[in-house]
Amino acid sequence: MTSIGTGYDLSVSTYSPDGRLFQVEYANKAVEAAGVAIGLRCSDGVVLGVERLLHSKLLVKGANRRIASLDEHIGIASAGLLADGKHLARRGREEASSFRENYNSPVSVQILSDRISAYLQAYTCYGSVRPFGLSSIIGGVDKTGPKLFCIEPSGVYYGYRAVASGKGKALAKTELEKIVNKYLDAEQSGSGSGLTCREAVDEVARIIYLVHDDNKDKEFELEMTWICQESGNKHAPVPEDLLKSAEEKAKAALEEGMEED
Amino acid sequence: MTNINSVDISRLKNGEVNLGTSIMAVQFDGGVVIGADSRTTTGAYIANRVTDKLTHIHDRIYCCRSGSAADTQAVADVVHQHAQVYTSVYGAPPTVSTAAALFEKMCYDNKDQLSAGIIVAGWDKEAGGSVYNIPLGGGMFQQPWAIGGSGSTYVYGYCDATYREGWNEQETVEFVKNTLALAMSRDGSSGGCIRMCVITKDKVERHFIPGNELPRFWEGKEIIGSIGGNSSQVGVLA
Repeated sequence: MTSIGTGYDLSVSTYSPDGRLFQVEYANKAVEAAGVAIGLRCSDGVVLGVERLLHSKLLVKGANRRIASLDEHIGIASAGLLADGKHLARRGREEASSFRENYNSPVSVQILSDRISAYLQAYTCYGSVRPFGLSSIIGGVDKTGPKLFCIEPSGVYYGYRAVASGKGKALAKTELEKIVNKYLDAEQSGSGSGLTCREAVDEVARIIYLVHDDNKDKEFELEMTWICQESGNKHAPVPEDLLKSAEEKAKAALEEGMEED
Repeated sequence: MTNINSVDISRLKNGEVNLGTSIMAVQFDGGVVIGADSRTTTGAYIANRVTDKLTHIHDRIYCCRSGSAADTQAVADVVHQHAQVYTSVYGAPPTVSTAAALFEKMCYDNKDQLSAGIIVAGWDKEAGGSVYNIPLGGGMFQQPWAIGGSGSTYVYGYCDATYREGWNEQETVEFVKNTLALAMSRDGSSGGCIRMCVITKDKVERHFIPGNELPRFWEGKEIIGSIGGNSSQVGVLA
């Protein structure tokens, strides 16, 4: 359960007596209050999805995107403070482009995640700055295949088959586990070829709709991008028609679930 | 009036050591063959007649150096270090293209101060054998074969006429050997012996051809005017 670190939580350069950095833990709280972000690694690419909560009916539809491109082949979906997300995306782009310039080769997803996580970690060392309130999901396709990583506010990062962050991530992770297990079993028994990006788009949309059900107060927009063979291994928004059909299916699945109750 | 913004080839400082040179690198299916002469001059004096101009950058990446000996050694050392750091940090050896990019960055950014013509060649998993030519201005050009150094100007014709795609290792070695021998026989700043490296996936094999075993081409015939004979040819044939 959450505990209040009175006195030891004023600055990220202060440890608590039990060895915790409370500012970093509070940064995680900022992440947990934001709209969910999901990443799913498939056999032929990666799909990123975000639940973009709308705070006003006057917002232009399709604008204010939360998923950014870091390079032609890598995308980043952040959950947490949006302003921090924009800054991190800019830093990620600089890292990716400087790698290209120095080494004449596109950066791999793992190396870029490594650099971005080192950048995040630096902000947990000094009392004069605050940690980023972000959990960023970085997905892309490089010469080693499709890759998915998630970086936490502490600067630690892990590689995943599927990951979710933000509000409702617990429920999202449960759903993702079901999907991954289903396809892993199929892969291992040789009866299936693994999840494709097209199928994943439907699944991610369904999960986001499922998770959103709890936020009765806000409308939301579904934003999804992918990096797969169909997009030429480039980071691109999921095509309109596919997105629409995925949303229809998600809404239908939701209603079905409600009727059964 | 010397213009600080122009690159001047004859700008080697007084007494500076010059890799006059004939260097080349040729790609074949499975790797590359690189070769160089072995002469280093300071003016007319041959400072080193057994120079090794083929410099190790990484396990399967070498570079051929021409121009100022000091400049090329300094640049090659820096790139060698970068390549080692790259392997430690990224867990895989750099590709030839990456090594060439590192050279190009240094040569271009410091183009005013440097006098370095470098050919980077090697083998990597992605592209197999590849050759990158980085001449004086710091531009980078990927080519199936590249020649460089002062001696190269005399053998462009020979190379253009002789090179064929699809050669095997042996044929490529012959091509390099013959080209360098021809360059060395015409260029005063090139000579000595031929050093070659064959770089493939499995190994780097060095070859050495001493000066007295170089391939020989047309060396002319001495024509003596006949003394009181039928022929009226005297001296030089027209």
